Amino acid sequence: MGAIRIAASMQGVHCVLHAPQGDSYADLLFTMIARSAKRPPVTYTSFQARDMGADTAELVQRRLREAVERFQPRALLVGEACTGELLQDQPAALAQGMGFDCPVIPLELPAFTRKEHWGASETFHQLVRSLLRGQPVRAPDPIAEGRRPRANLLGATALGFRCRDDIAEVTKLLDSAGVDVNLSAPAGATPEDLLRIPEADFNVCLYPEIAQSTCAWLERMFKQPWVKTVPIGVGATRDFLLEVGQVAGIDTSTAIAAGRTRLPWFSRSVDSTYLTGKRVFIFGDASHAIAAARIATEELGFEVVGLGSYSREFARELRAAAERYGIEALITDDYLEVESAVLALAPELVLGTQMERHIAKRAGIPCAVISAPVHVQDFPARYAPQMGFEGANVIFDTWVHPLMMGLEEHLITMFREDEEFHDEAVASHLGSGSVSAASADVAARPAATAEPTRSADDIGADAAPLWEPEAELELKKIPFFVRGKARRNTERFAAERGVARITVETLYDAKAYFGR
Amino acid sequence: MTAASERPQVVAAPACDLSHVGNASGGIAVQREQGQRQVFCGLAGIVWLHRKIQDAFFLVVGSRTCAHLLQSAAGVMIFAEPRFATAVLGDRDLAGLADCNEELDRVVTELLARRPDIGTLFLVASCPSEVIKLDLDNAAERLSREQQGRVRVLAYSGSGLDTTFTQGEDTCLTALVPELPEAPAGTDSLLVLGTLPDVVEDQFRRLFDALGIPSLYFLPPRRASELPPVGPGTRLLAAQPFVGGTAAALVDRGATLLEAPYPFGIEGTRAWLGAAADAFGIAAARVEEVTAAAATRAARGLERYRAQLTGKRISFLPDSQLEIPLARFLHRECGMELVEVGVPYLDRRMMGAELDWLPSDLRLTEGQDVERQLDRLRADRPDLTVCGLGLANPLEAEGLTTKWSIELVFSPVHGFDQAADLAELFVRPLNRRERLAF
Repeated sequence: MGAIRIAASMQGVHCVLHAPQGDSYADLLFTMIARSAKRPPVTYTSFQARDMGADTAELVQRRLREAVERFQPRALLVGEACTGELLQDQPAALAQGMGFDCPVIPLELPAFTRKEHWGASETFHQLVRSLLRGQPVRAPDPIAEGRRPRANLLGATALGFRCRDDIAEVTKLLDSAGVDVNLSAPAGATPEDLLRIPEADFNVCLYPEIAQSTCAWLERMFKQPWVKTVPIGVGATRDFLLEVGQVAGIDTSTAIAAGRTRLPWFSRSVDSTYLTGKRVFIFGDASHAIAAARIATEELGFEVVGLGSYSREFARELRAAAERYGIEALITDDYLEVESAVLALAPELVLGTQMERHIAKRAGIPCAVISAPVHVQDFPARYAPQMGFEGANVIFDTWVHPLMMGLEEHLITMFREDEEFHDEAVASHLGSGSVSAASADVAARPAATAEPTRSADDIGADAAPLWEPEAELELKKIPFFVRGKARRNTERFAAERGVARITVETLYDAKAYFGR
Repeated sequence: MTAASERPQVVAAPACDLSHVGNASGGIAVQREQGQRQVFCGLAGIVWLHRKIQDAFFLVVGSRTCAHLLQSAAGVMIFAEPRFATAVLGDRDLAGLADCNEELDRVVTELLARRPDIGTLFLVASCPSEVIKLDLDNAAERLSREQQGRVRVLAYSGSGLDTTFTQGEDTCLTALVPELPEAPAGTDSLLVLGTLPDVVEDQFRRLFDALGIPSLYFLPPRRASELPPVGPGTRLLAAQPFVGGTAAALVDRGATLLEAPYPFGIEGTRAWLGAAADAFGIAAARVEEVTAAAATRAARGLERYRAQLTGKRISFLPDSQLEIPLARFLHRECGMELVEVGVPYLDRRMMGAELDWLPSDLRLTEGQDVERQLDRLRADRPDLTVCGLGLANPLEAEGLTTKWSIELVFSPVHGFDQAADLAELFVRPLNRRERLAF
């Protein structure tokens, strides 16, 4: 999958994968989720059970020949999907022996141990290495050559989160600082473009999950320094420009001062007071998650209660970030583990991938998507970068809109029984079609009856305390957007103290204990 | 209201057409292709099977790719822990089968402890589990014994090495066949084979009841704990064309397979019901009487769409095995011209009645070599192309109008009351292209 993302990002590259029929489902991620108008440049060997008795190596060679003839790639990636790997046909070695005109790049991607990001990163690295092998080290000097400094933007891929607009935004940002973009890769590049990588004065590692190993290699081999800050958020964008200044040896302070973004003022406006200390759970690829945590705390005044990632390769960076917020990082690719963390922490906002969006939806918690894996909605028609100053505007809107507006919160408390604002009414900005947290909550609970009720998530857990009917009614008086938290806190409070039946008193004892 | 006077002209094929069944299908030449395929593997069947059989759980024993397919490509949205999961094979599992079995037992035991609601657990083999020769049948037996009858554990293959897309349902149902109770001697029953949406199943149940079918069952049932009985008195009627293996297994247990076209469109549904009625000695007049109202209603609904489809040229790329019956419906009841009909594999036993209803000069292809097929498609430039999701947008970008086939598998499209809905699915993309100015 990682290899296909690199091939699909570029032009003039074709990928042949030794894979059974069925693996071609990968194509539809590109054509449907990203609405790609072209099929990804991949040929699958589509071997079947009946081929396995015969010579699958011969099948590989036939597909290789057909693919090269039809697509005439200028670089050929050859690898195996998980099952292909088990057959040990060595398709890359076969391809290298077939005398093709184009460079053949063997992919060694142990599909059973490593995942998509690693596969993409490794494919990009192998491709760059193979093409640049033997090129002399250049010493580009913008001043001597009488030109502006030049940078490569590395790491943007097909199916990446908002890569299309990030490239445009970072190009604009660099231009404001007097830096030209030499090329962007893998997204949009041809094999010939990759040969021009050494012509840049430095590299920008936009997406470390994809480009970090390549940037490090280019530094070793071609003495190209690289910018490591990922410019997501106002603070990080400023830091990015500072780092660009240091690496390029130019003064970027004017560009920093000229940066226009509404986020800081919107965050200070009184309506945003209600954002203060909102408890937020963050999960995504490591770079986006770390950037989100910084924005959440420094730029929106949230409190980060959970921070996690599925990028094991960047576990160290994530742990260091989590430590800054006094929490423990969650490194996992098991969505059930993420779900139980979300339920236990009961955050007021979830920032995550599409998987967390489902978890949040189920738990009735507002959510915004900040990272791949992506959904067709994450390829918006409009310009919606995450990076740079405009990216900060986009982030403010995307994260704040799922939450109740400040004024609305007050109105709901004031007019709780009013028709428009009663419990089951949906926040006005969410439209009548969506199910509010309140109605989801109500639906999941039995109506208050004369019998004490047990919370629905605790069925099977014998120790869960029972709610007295009066306590249940009192709970309903609490605005719905904090009710779930109040319920969980009270139950935890009761359970910890061995209280079997929750009364109105227990509810308020718990409230006093936990505070708002 | 009498059926005869209102019977629409479109129902061109009288019931007597059924007399041709099974003897003329040799007329259509089949072109076989081998090459790169653009189809799902049988794991995709889990997407609808887990919703249909509500007390079953599907555990795929496979790779991350398998998990990825189920989670993202199949468009399955994870809300709760759904009734399927993937036990991901890792390096260690590949190193030794002993470890692998041990690991599988651990995963299953944990799963069953966490989910007491699971009555039947399917272990689903994948490409990697087959290549390393992990014996899931054996594992299922072992685990069933360990569960001491509390949970039934079965195994089947959804591997792309031997199943394409809807074939995963066939292998799943085949695994259920030995579990079916023996029907008491001397009892006659009708067994409808292949997943139907509940709403369609209920419609058919009403029609079969009205016909006076003595005893009616569906496979798969809505709950795996309610398996239908099978025996020599069982008449088997396939509702889906991709259940050939299951049908053969049921025949081995004494059932009789009724040959019929599939219940798509008015004539297909009428002939399908007619075949069942015939097997139970129910008079054709009774079939006419019972189906008249629904058929008339369907004809009225279809009328509107026929005008928009008549004369339009359509190509099917191989995908779900529904291609032949759908092509027959669109050709005969909607007046479409068939350019090419591709099927992943041709099961003549299951398609005999359908092939009889298709023009003898039909360009029918079996298997796939996707690049060559696309070359032909570009040369043909049909008005509508039915294809998988991986190809739809790229073809639209080339100016071809497409209908993505997966919707035909998931939507209620069988029977009289869905005949118009089925036609509408093909009208919509044409309609859309006409509306858009840019």
